[in-house]
Amino acid sequence: MKPLTEQSRTMSPAAWTVLPRMAWPLLAGLGIAILMQFAVGPSVSGFTSQIMLIAGINIIMAVSLTVVNGFTGQFSMGHAGFMAVGGYVAATLTYYGSIKMFGTADFAGGTISWTGSGENPGSIVGKGDYLFVISCLVGGVVSAIAGYVVGLPSLRLRGDYLAIVTLGFGEIVRVLLQGTNPQIQPWKAQEAAEVPFYKLATMLGGPMGFNLLPTYTTLFWVYLFVVLTLIVCYRLKSSSSGRAFLSIREDEIASQAMGVDVTKYKVRAFVLASFFAGVAGGLYAMSIGAINAGDLGFQKSFDIIIMVVLGGMGSISGATVAAVVLTILPEFLRDPPPVWPLGLAFLVAVVLAQAVRKHWNIRTLAGIAVGTAILEGARLYCVSRGIDIASFRLILYALLLIAMMLLRPQGLLGVREVWELFGHRRPNPNPSPDPKPDAAPPSKGTSKATGNPTSKGGAS
Amino acid sequence: MSTSPAVLDVDGIAISFGGLKAVQGFSLKIPPRGLYGLIGPNGAGKTTCFNLLTGVYQPDSGAVRLEGVNLVGNKPHLIAAAGLSRTFQNIRLFGELSVLDNVKLGCHLRGRHTLAGTILRTAAYTGQERAITDRSMELLRIFGLDGRAQEQARNLPYGDQRRLEIARALATEPRVLLLDEPAAGMNPQEKIELRGLIRQIRDRFNLAILLIEHDMGVVMNLCEHITVLNFGQVIAAGTPETVQNDPKVVEAYLGTE
Repeated sequence: MKPLTEQSRTMSPAAWTVLPRMAWPLLAGLGIAILMQFAVGPSVSGFTSQIMLIAGINIIMAVSLTVVNGFTGQFSMGHAGFMAVGGYVAATLTYYGSIKMFGTADFAGGTISWTGSGENPGSIVGKGDYLFVISCLVGGVVSAIAGYVVGLPSLRLRGDYLAIVTLGFGEIVRVLLQGTNPQIQPWKAQEAAEVPFYKLATMLGGPMGFNLLPTYTTLFWVYLFVVLTLIVCYRLKSSSSGRAFLSIREDEIASQAMGVDVTKYKVRAFVLASFFAGVAGGLYAMSIGAINAGDLGFQKSFDIIIMVVLGGMGSISGATVAAVVLTILPEFLRDPPPVWPLGLAFLVAVVLAQAVRKHWNIRTLAGIAVGTAILEGARLYCVSRGIDIASFRLILYALLLIAMMLLRPQGLLGVREVWELFGHRRPNPNPSPDPKPDAAPPSKGTSKATGNPTSKGGAS
Repeated sequence: MSTSPAVLDVDGIAISFGGLKAVQGFSLKIPPRGLYGLIGPNGAGKTTCFNLLTGVYQPDSGAVRLEGVNLVGNKPHLIAAAGLSRTFQNIRLFGELSVLDNVKLGCHLRGRHTLAGTILRTAAYTGQERAITDRSMELLRIFGLDGRAQEQARNLPYGDQRRLEIARALATEPRVLLLDEPAAGMNPQEKIELRGLIRQIRDRFNLAILLIEHDMGVVMNLCEHITVLNFGQVIAAGTPETVQNDPKVVEAYLGTE
């Protein structure tokens, strides 16, 4: 065989033919973001669009954590710490940057980041928008650097130890940020303009949080980054680097023996995930106009882990769905609508999926039916007694997680994506190519012990 | 053996775990296209030898040279890159990945994988991915596994899993291939096929093979040269005939009267 590099060169397509493939993600991102901002956003209530905003940020967090926890199988518990790093960096740059450059911390964006209150700015993209996007990206980069610094020494650790180190990192970040000096308030912008930037970078509000930030984050910006995150992570998963990530999760020793630089790939995954978490932090800070390290502690990291675990360790679409569901679930629980239509729809979908794969699993179907009945019963009981379910939200999450771990430890989708559920990668096309060892006739006497199949379906 | 320079030159490697001298002074020279065997009773240190050669363990002393390049002290992935690949006694496939992806991962090592190329799907990336798919399918065809390329590796029957592991190891383009009990768990028919397959691999890929095997039929029939280990020490080495008649070997396997 020819060397791989040489063969690759002869098989490369002409450069111009891949241009559409290189460019479409950005166009798709822009398209979806514009759609969200100008079509979906105005047609729903302000409350709904706020939920959509948070859902989008959670998607970025969950999908980026999937790269570490799902693909490489490393258990990071400090993802919110990276969000805090990115968020505070972006907030600092946007807030104090505005003061330094525009003389005030007021909103200076265009229509693209206009949330509908006050006067409509004339331009589509304002000077504030550039500052905001660059701040978010810088926040992502700083967060990625933090990821590298934390990851390089600690990714040599395995399992629980890595979890503890990352947990520790998240807490260190939180404590450090809560120990910063008071923020210079917007009405003292004149004073702030005199202070050198490196000093301003320590004035982040401490335990009070970093408040009164200009709110640039709109559906446009959030969903632009959501689409980019999804595409980058999916392309990674379905590439040679993605195979390297997954091989580390499957069997680290074999992966090394096949020539994968395990440490390098773990660090790569970690750095990439930190970058997106940092960007998400920036979006989060400028969406509500405030960021508080106290909100980005262990609890937040755990919320994101729950999304990844429920969605399926390694499934991008699974993490996306879980992020959306877990964002809107608490809102539904305030005034719970009937559960049975959803249960029925789910049941029908699973029946269809099983029919396509010609693989019937009555236990799953019964489980869904019984689960729906229990939920509906509980809902009716709570509604009739006037019990506020939303206050039991965290207990429900915990129960959900326990049930998941018992019934489906690989998560809703495992490594697969939603579209792979329908017949794409069937586990076994023809029902019984390999007889079970104990089903083999005992008279043969040639194959003993070891439990190997005695015939091997047609391959040679 | 002395006429052609050895492709793999192992010179007195040793390792102890606490007080246990697992391997002591293990030496072996394998010429290009050599088909060598490593046998010994259970616990003799055969797999430990493989782990020393491939960098899973670092030897306390001794040297390993592959085509003149020293391997000792390198991490496993660098040793794989130098051209030493292996299979495992207890199969270590990537069970959740497809059969094809398992072999593709073997090709990983010989490619260039940049983050930008991966995310942007550049022409170079696309070409490389095509080449990897191409040669992976070719390897699967050699092993008769191309029909099951899309199945999850863990769903393969046992014999196929063993063969897939060899295919994956070959995808790294090794100069020397280490096979750890390739015939374990195979039935007699499969064992005969395996013998043909191993010879075919040696000829087709032009590499040297060192195999650990308990099945004497496979070893004696296949190997040109056999090294016998017992309690971490080489007790005999030579052609199958000389080894078979060596009293020390007989003693190690059957005990003394």
